[in-house]
Amino acid sequence: MTTASSSPTRLTAEEVEELARKKDTKNRWLLASPALIIITLFAAGPLLIVVLYSFLTAGDYGNVKWIFSTKGWFSVFLQYDIFDDTLQIADAHLSIFWRSIKLSLLTTVLTAAFGIPTAYFIATRPLSQRNLWLFLITVPFWTNLLVRTIAVMELIRGEGVINNVLLWANVIDQPIQMMFTDFAIAFGMTYVYLPLMVLPVYASIEKLDFRLVEASYDLYANRWKCFRRVILPLVKPGMIAGSILVFVPSLGAYITPRVLGGGKNLMFGNLIELQFGQGRNWPLGAALSISLMVLVMVALLYYVKVSGGDDNEHR
Amino acid sequence: MSIAKLLQRPFSVKRIPGFASIAIFTFFALYAPVIILVVYSFNQGTSLAIWEGFSLVWYQQALQNEAVQSAGLRSLFLASVAATIATTVATMAALATTRKKPFKGQTAVYTLINQPLMVPEIVTAVALLIFFAIIKVATGYQGMGYLIVAHTAFCIPFAYLPIRARLQGMDLSLERAAADLYATPWMTFKRITLPLMAPGIMAGFMLAFVISLDDVVISEFVKTPGQETLPTYMLGQLRRVVTPEVNAISSVLLAISIVFVALFFFLNSRRN
Repeated sequence: MTTASSSPTRLTAEEVEELARKKDTKNRWLLASPALIIITLFAAGPLLIVVLYSFLTAGDYGNVKWIFSTKGWFSVFLQYDIFDDTLQIADAHLSIFWRSIKLSLLTTVLTAAFGIPTAYFIATRPLSQRNLWLFLITVPFWTNLLVRTIAVMELIRGEGVINNVLLWANVIDQPIQMMFTDFAIAFGMTYVYLPLMVLPVYASIEKLDFRLVEASYDLYANRWKCFRRVILPLVKPGMIAGSILVFVPSLGAYITPRVLGGGKNLMFGNLIELQFGQGRNWPLGAALSISLMVLVMVALLYYVKVSGGDDNEHR
Repeated sequence: MSIAKLLQRPFSVKRIPGFASIAIFTFFALYAPVIILVVYSFNQGTSLAIWEGFSLVWYQQALQNEAVQSAGLRSLFLASVAATIATTVATMAALATTRKKPFKGQTAVYTLINQPLMVPEIVTAVALLIFFAIIKVATGYQGMGYLIVAHTAFCIPFAYLPIRARLQGMDLSLERAAADLYATPWMTFKRITLPLMAPGIMAGFMLAFVISLDDVVISEFVKTPGQETLPTYMLGQLRRVVTPEVNAISSVLLAISIVFVALFFFLNSRRN
């Protein structure tokens, strides 16, 4: 018969807490909402439209006709022969996929070959110097990608610095054609994405306990054995993280292959662009975009798993 | 002293033979191309290969080129507006997602905010191209709005991360003290929280500004004809004969980026 428990004005401590918590949650959602709305509308949401467009029919002059079709997805791997309409594998596309994967792997290996020793070097400097070395690695990363690609171009052009030096030294008597080759793309991407390898590897070497290294030497390990059996296993998570951070943007690279690879040596990103330009096949372009995104997402999910979630931000 | 050094030299557990040489080479290789690019922007001749003496002729030419002027102004305007909006909303989001017990759905918020970092730029660019094509047909609007919202969206995570990092390093004791002294929540925010997180906000703004200024891919797909930004203008120039004018513009962009990144580092290192 008491009214205490049913009265709206008298609540138990838990109920008060619960209400306060609900209000707090609501306020914080409100506070975050402008950022979420902008990203949903202008970054995440449009991706759904891409999925939709990949199932439509290509318009005659670009854009789409609103007729359902799986031809976009179909032509990712297959094509009809122009003469007798037989089904064929789309060789042109396959060779572009293969080039993308090959060059991205090559870039990953090259950045590792230079990046791991560099990270090790930085991590073994005295504490007072380390920030300066890290700063030197990070600055190029935040400077314009196009500018850095142009810098590589000036280096390897026909009349570029490398050819001029070689000509002057009489090593060659004709300029070597380096531009517009797969080599140029791999070289450029290695140059551009190197910091992405150095930073995570550095982060894991910095945590390395050098007493373990010392212990291995005490136990008669030689340098190679110590490196392979002690240092490498401990630094492996950083190396995997770095490899994925390099591989992912390489796979989706657009500017570097466009500038250094020219019109013939296309990569995934350039193939996508082509469908929205001269190719006038938006559904195919949309299907290719979704494929690329899925590939990248799989690699990144693996990265999150390896590096243990969002607290491993290296920036 | 020298004897001590000699004695130290033979064996150090931290030393791996060859690594230091590779590292030094890497630093050299990282900077040499950029330095060459800058040096040749001061070359008098048209050639990118033969040095014909120091001159500022390419900088003058770039400055007097109306296409460069308008592209440069557009880039600066775009980066200022996009970075300002992005930093504002990122600050709010960072306040909502740090320092208290995680609320329901906070992981989802965090993932969504960082979403632009996870999708390849070319895919986002294509998605916006399609989306804006629909809006253009529906509304007929052709202005700068498209570039501004696109840049704002991908700048948000870059502004958010440093602000979040700054906030995570601040505890709530000062705010609690202010509340004990009868400060209203708004006053506490204005007098305590905001000044303390200001370096993080500045760092976030600078990162967002540089990221917007440097963007090529998304701008290239989103811009309506005639809306060149400095990077898309340069990309267009590369199709034709390359003159040191491009080097001059590159050097200016490089200088801006370096100044901003150095400031960013400075602000970030004064964390505590």
